Amino acid sequence: MRTTPLPRPAPAPVQRPGVVGETTTRIDGGPKVKGEFEYSSDLWADGMLWGATLRSPHPHATIWSIDISRALALPGVYAVLTHEDVPGRKVYGMEIPDQPVLAWERARYQGEAIALVAADHPETARRACDAIDVAYEVLEPLSDPERAMAADAPKLHLSGNVLRHITLRHGDQAATADVVMTGEYEVGSQDQAFLGPESGLAVPDGDGGVDLYIATQWLHVDRDQLAESLGLSPEQVRLTMAGVGGAFGGREDLSMQIHACMLALHTDRPVKIVYNREESFFGHVHRHPCRMHYEHGATRDGELVYVKARIVLDGGAYASSSTAVCSNAACFACGPYNVPSATVDCSVVYTNNPPCGAMRGFGAVQVAFGHESQMDKLAAALGIDPVELRIKNALAPGHRLPTGQVVREPAPVAELLERLRAMPLPPDASPGPRDLRELPGGVSNTTHGEDVRRGIGYGVGFKNVGFSEGFDDYATARVALSLDGDGDPLVSVHTAAAEVGQGVVTVQAQIARTELQVERVAVLTADTQVGSAGSSSASRQTYMTGGAVKMACEAVRERLLQRVADHAGLDPFDLSLAGGAVIDSRGETVATLAEALVSAPIEETVEFHHAETYPLDENGQGDAHLQLAFSAHRAVADVDTRLGLVRVVELATTQEVGKALNPQALDGQIDGGSAQGLGLALLEEIQIRDSQVLNASFTDYLLPTILDMPPVKKQVLEHPDPDAPYGLKGVGEPPNISTPPAVVAALRSACSRELARIPVRPEQLAGIDEPRRSRPPAPGSRGPAGARPTRS
Amino acid sequence: MRLTVTVNGERREVDGLWEGESLLYALRERLGLPGSKNACEQGECGSCSVYLDGTLVCSCLVLAGQAEDREVQTVEGIAPDGALHPVQSAFVETGAVQCGFCTPGLIVASHDLLRRNPRPTDPEIREALAGNLCRCTGYEKILDAVRLAGERILETQTAAQAGSKQVCDTSLGGAV
Ligand code: FES
Ligand code: FES
Repeated sequence: MRTTPLPRPAPAPVQRPGVVGETTTRIDGGPKVKGEFEYSSDLWADGMLWGATLRSPHPHATIWSIDISRALALPGVYAVLTHEDVPGRKVYGMEIPDQPVLAWERARYQGEAIALVAADHPETARRACDAIDVAYEVLEPLSDPERAMAADAPKLHLSGNVLRHITLRHGDQAATADVVMTGEYEVGSQDQAFLGPESGLAVPDGDGGVDLYIATQWLHVDRDQLAESLGLSPEQVRLTMAGVGGAFGGREDLSMQIHACMLALHTDRPVKIVYNREESFFGHVHRHPCRMHYEHGATRDGELVYVKARIVLDGGAYASSSTAVCSNAACFACGPYNVPSATVDCSVVYTNNPPCGAMRGFGAVQVAFGHESQMDKLAAALGIDPVELRIKNALAPGHRLPTGQVVREPAPVAELLERLRAMPLPPDASPGPRDLRELPGGVSNTTHGEDVRRGIGYGVGFKNVGFSEGFDDYATARVALSLDGDGDPLVSVHTAAAEVGQGVVTVQAQIARTELQVERVAVLTADTQVGSAGSSSASRQTYMTGGAVKMACEAVRERLLQRVADHAGLDPFDLSLAGGAVIDSRGETVATLAEALVSAPIEETVEFHHAETYPLDENGQGDAHLQLAFSAHRAVADVDTRLGLVRVVELATTQEVGKALNPQALDGQIDGGSAQGLGLALLEEIQIRDSQVLNASFTDYLLPTILDMPPVKKQVLEHPDPDAPYGLKGVGEPPNISTPPAVVAALRSACSRELARIPVRPEQLAGIDEPRRSRPPAPGSRGPAGARPTRS
Repeated sequence: MRLTVTVNGERREVDGLWEGESLLYALRERLGLPGSKNACEQGECGSCSVYLDGTLVCSCLVLAGQAEDREVQTVEGIAPDGALHPVQSAFVETGAVQCGFCTPGLIVASHDLLRRNPRPTDPEIREALAGNLCRCTGYEKILDAVRLAGERILETQTAAQAGSKQVCDTSLGGAV
């Protein structure tokens, strides 16, 4: 029998949301500003123990033995567990279960979990970890993804080192062009750096099962993996969403979930695990580092003829969602352009580097840096304005993607660029002495304006919304319309959708309010007592869970009208809902909601599946994607060309959103995505040498601060997608995709250097490790006089 | 170790601390005040910001023992129960809160800025909040929130002065 009372989530607060399309402030805003919102690291239970994880210091090693006796003998230690204690499947993974819950025989990356401790204080647990004796034989790490693909490379997994290779062949493979432009590009590994560390509380139920309070992006996929590895049925593993301090893809994979449950089941006590920041860097997957080789062929007047790309993604030690990232990188490698012929080879490989997986933009971010850099280079060679070149080749409805899929409405790439170009530029720096805070280097007083050049750059990007390649993507919603204690109508919405900060709780309430015309809505805590919502990723949650809530509301409405019609002897098709009443075709009230619901509430549970998608064939052809989302960015940056310091003066962006459900929350997605894009362009990289992470802290991993972020001017287009709920498009990821190329283009235009790798470092900007090239034409100019198409 | 400390105006005593515990840990795990956040525990993010004897500090960098016999004010004590301080309501209204993990620290840091300078310029806001990381908002709406809160605080002060000529409590709620 359960001995520990479960932490009770507060009853769902009643909201009075606006209808769809109206800015609605978030219901969790009040608790969040007061410090009362309960995040997964804030949980507490009577008799709770603290869990800690021993991790491999070596990126590649044979594990000969693990001796836990010294650790177990420490006072305050309740359990020390190794792989031998994993009750069920010893490996996990969302797509390919290849990652050990706790390593045995071999450690494949630095930070791999080896053993677990439960103790009465986090410090006791940490010290016990130090007292575990592991005999390692250190092996040479396989650090280079290109090397990992070689036939003679040591195999990190039985299946070999190439996790997925996509061959995409489209159009005329022998096409030739007047102008050929090649380029090599590289993207470093970005960290999601959500502020709320991985954490949760596992509470044993006394009957062999467990309840887990957790910050995650997808409760049900966690639940299924937990049940497998704990050797329990899914019913014995119940998950409840705790407050999530950001996610950005980094909470798609399991971190401490199985570990906390194992310790709780073993000790029969509640166990809490909270990573610190250093452990968090080792505790989740990162954005894939990527190397790209591109060749673009175009006519003399700038029409793309073909694109060839060879892309290598470093998947690190375990699969995570690498296979899907690989697919995105391949499918979107050519950019949002009409490309008649494409030849793309894209691989993702195992190495001993940190495992990589989902991060906002998911494969599209890396290739956008490649294809946009190429478009700028091509524009310079042709003497065409870079925006003009993009517009000339812009993808439009009716065109085919390089996968053969026909692009549907709306896909206004040219309009996005035209509107962006028309947005006013920030004023030029005023002559005379300048405020240091407006200069690169800021109050460090590194320049008074000498050597500072301003640059302007553009970038455009796109990606898929929702899960692709034939995955049966769905979300579940349960909606109940009832009368509360005071006899007032109330809609309750229950889904498992993860609120990670994006505002899906608010949007669900807005949809219920809109569809049922009831002002008061309660959105229940997400948990596994309702069906899966799918992940809060792939920009899909408003589309999918929003779609499910809409559909459930429609089902409730239908039953309500039927009930009233039956009672009044009318045809339900003559009835509708308005202002809290059921009215007839003349607008006369037939029954108030209070009258209609007094006999019984109405509840419906539905599953919303999106339209079918299909796998890619052996040539990378197929209707793999549901919906495409587009955005464009313009960056204006000042560069101290001598010191290589940067100040981004302004970002401007246009995005096709279909329909803005909550304009304020939408703005927030655009601002935040732009900031993460700026971070990738200028600051953020997990630095890895010989597979060892050099900067696992916020001291050394640099995130944009409020000093780094310029104002972001925004314009959204609302061309409805006829197939999507309310016509909406997913919005979370595009801003992260088009920002980095725009920022780098601005830097190039300021300092005339190649800048083939992001994040751009000061030494690249100052020309310490890169040759200067001829200055590209500024957007809006007619290009260098006498510019001639070149072959390179 | 025993700790005696005044937190949000209330004298509190806790026993059994390990000497190495930070003030942040003591607040969160011993005093039942998890509002101050633990995003880095390295002094880099500001999510753990509190007042210690009226000075803004990162509580993750202060040992609990250093707070002995001193006054701590946390985000939970910025406004009375059930009420919002103008800084707090401005953060909600402007959309400056997404995941909210940075928010408690930003509330305390913005409160500290505005009690010193209710009419900060944008560069002054940026400077004052440069030690607070936010991963979700890109800071745009945080700037909006601080500007709005500043305006509202000034309005209340002006109204109060015009009304009664007395020196009023500045609407800065529980400002220390
Ligand atoms: S938790 Fe204290 S500064 Fe980050
Ligand atoms: S709102 Fe998420 S970190 Fe600021």
